[in-house]
Amino acid sequence: MKYAVIMEGITKSFGDRKVLKGIDLSISKGEIFGLLGPSGAGKTTLFKILTGQLKQSRGNAQLLGRDTGKLDSEIYQRVGMMMDNFGLYERLSCYDNLKLFAKIYGVPTTGVEEALTQVGLEEAKKTPVMRLSKGMRGRLALARAVMNQPDILFLDEPTSGLDPATAAEIHELIRREREKGTTIFLTTHNMEEADKLCDHISLLNEGRIVEYGEPKEICRKYNHQKKLYLRLRDGRTLEFANDSSCAEDLKELFGKELVETIHSTEPSLETVFMELTGRSFE
Amino acid sequence: MKNIAAIFQKQMKDTFKNKTVLIQFVMFPILTIIMGKAVNLEGMPENFFCQLFACMYIGMAPLTSMAAIISEEKEKNTLRVLMMADVKPLEYLVGVGSYIWAACMLGVCVIGLCGKYTGEEYAAFVAIMSVGILTSMIIGAAIGTWSKNQMMATSLTVPIMMIFAFAPMLSMFNETIRKIAGIAYSQQISNLIGQIGAIQVETENVVVILFNILLALLLFGYAYKKSGLA
Repeated sequence: MKYAVIMEGITKSFGDRKVLKGIDLSISKGEIFGLLGPSGAGKTTLFKILTGQLKQSRGNAQLLGRDTGKLDSEIYQRVGMMMDNFGLYERLSCYDNLKLFAKIYGVPTTGVEEALTQVGLEEAKKTPVMRLSKGMRGRLALARAVMNQPDILFLDEPTSGLDPATAAEIHELIRREREKGTTIFLTTHNMEEADKLCDHISLLNEGRIVEYGEPKEICRKYNHQKKLYLRLRDGRTLEFANDSSCAEDLKELFGKELVETIHSTEPSLETVFMELTGRSFE
Repeated sequence: MKNIAAIFQKQMKDTFKNKTVLIQFVMFPILTIIMGKAVNLEGMPENFFCQLFACMYIGMAPLTSMAAIISEEKEKNTLRVLMMADVKPLEYLVGVGSYIWAACMLGVCVIGLCGKYTGEEYAAFVAIMSVGILTSMIIGAAIGTWSKNQMMATSLTVPIMMIFAFAPMLSMFNETIRKIAGIAYSQQISNLIGQIGAIQVETENVVVILFNILLALLLFGYAYKKSGLA
């Protein structure tokens, strides 16, 4: 089977309020998929439906080939999850937090030390979680999520509230997981994160997917100006149409080594989202 | 079974670092030892402190700790993570419950040792207390499951715990309270403990306790259906 996740016409209502309005989505095995949207867009609801925590009102959702309403032990053993608030036992040490899940997953406890080393927490092995920084907690939660070597990893806002350096560390760990062949489904409202990490993204707004594709491709698609800006070493800025008409001029400028920087007018994902929805992301 | 064992062990480690829960388990056994040694008034009934603190112990320790542990796990999302790791709700409840039951039974053994019981009476004391602890645990589980967070659990636990823990003590001083408290399992447990070695078990004791257990189970079922564990 090519897809790890398939959703067809997923609708979810809470009373009169429709939170998801006909979501169609497929996520290929081994890819990093990002679900982007502002708070209240329906990300968490979709996340919960996919992981079997919530039942959709209508439509069909499959996780690893199984209906999400009928997930069993066999599927859960192949799923890893990292919640936005990590869900760690605050009073227990890093080691004990992982040991609990090693026992549940039937992983040898020697794997705990290995997992701590992989996320760079071997020295904090005996430290209670309550004394860890947010970044360290994130790494520990990720170590726990991949402990059972899942086929699919769900990450809910994995770097929310983290400083850029720590976020980069988490990104590196996520990429490493992908290299092992794990499919990664992450929700985020951080456009930069999605741009850097994801193979495909969906922009979710008010329960609807308003755009889907590769991040760079989406940005190119909404590049209405199609221009190039060249900043020259003498301080001037030149504007060119982004097509073959300026090839000779560019060749000349580059040949004379006059160009300091070159920029295209592709919008950021955030700008695309604003164009599509008329609202900002925060 | 491995999940139950893992949760039991987790709970044991966690409790040693959780002073608010730990104090529930040790406070009354220690009080029984101290008061039993320090106070010996003329005309005081035999095993007075043992009986008094045993009933308070039943009303407080299992009820508050069960509610506190479940509500904390719900609030901090650790319970959801466990469920996503394919721990079944029943496995979780049995894991946590068996730990609380074992910890409380240790306290019961200590309290019982402070009483002047013969071997048979001691066994009867432990058996009666174990039923009371189980009932309190089910009520605690219902509160913990119903509550969204620890604050809500505390505000529900305190008045319920006060009623069950203090009713047997207050009924010693007032006949009306004794009659009303008769519908509570803790009062019936108190009556049974008071009757150890003297009279055989009355039907009323058993019926009230069973009715309380049934009611607690129904409450838990309702709370579980309404709020779920995770």
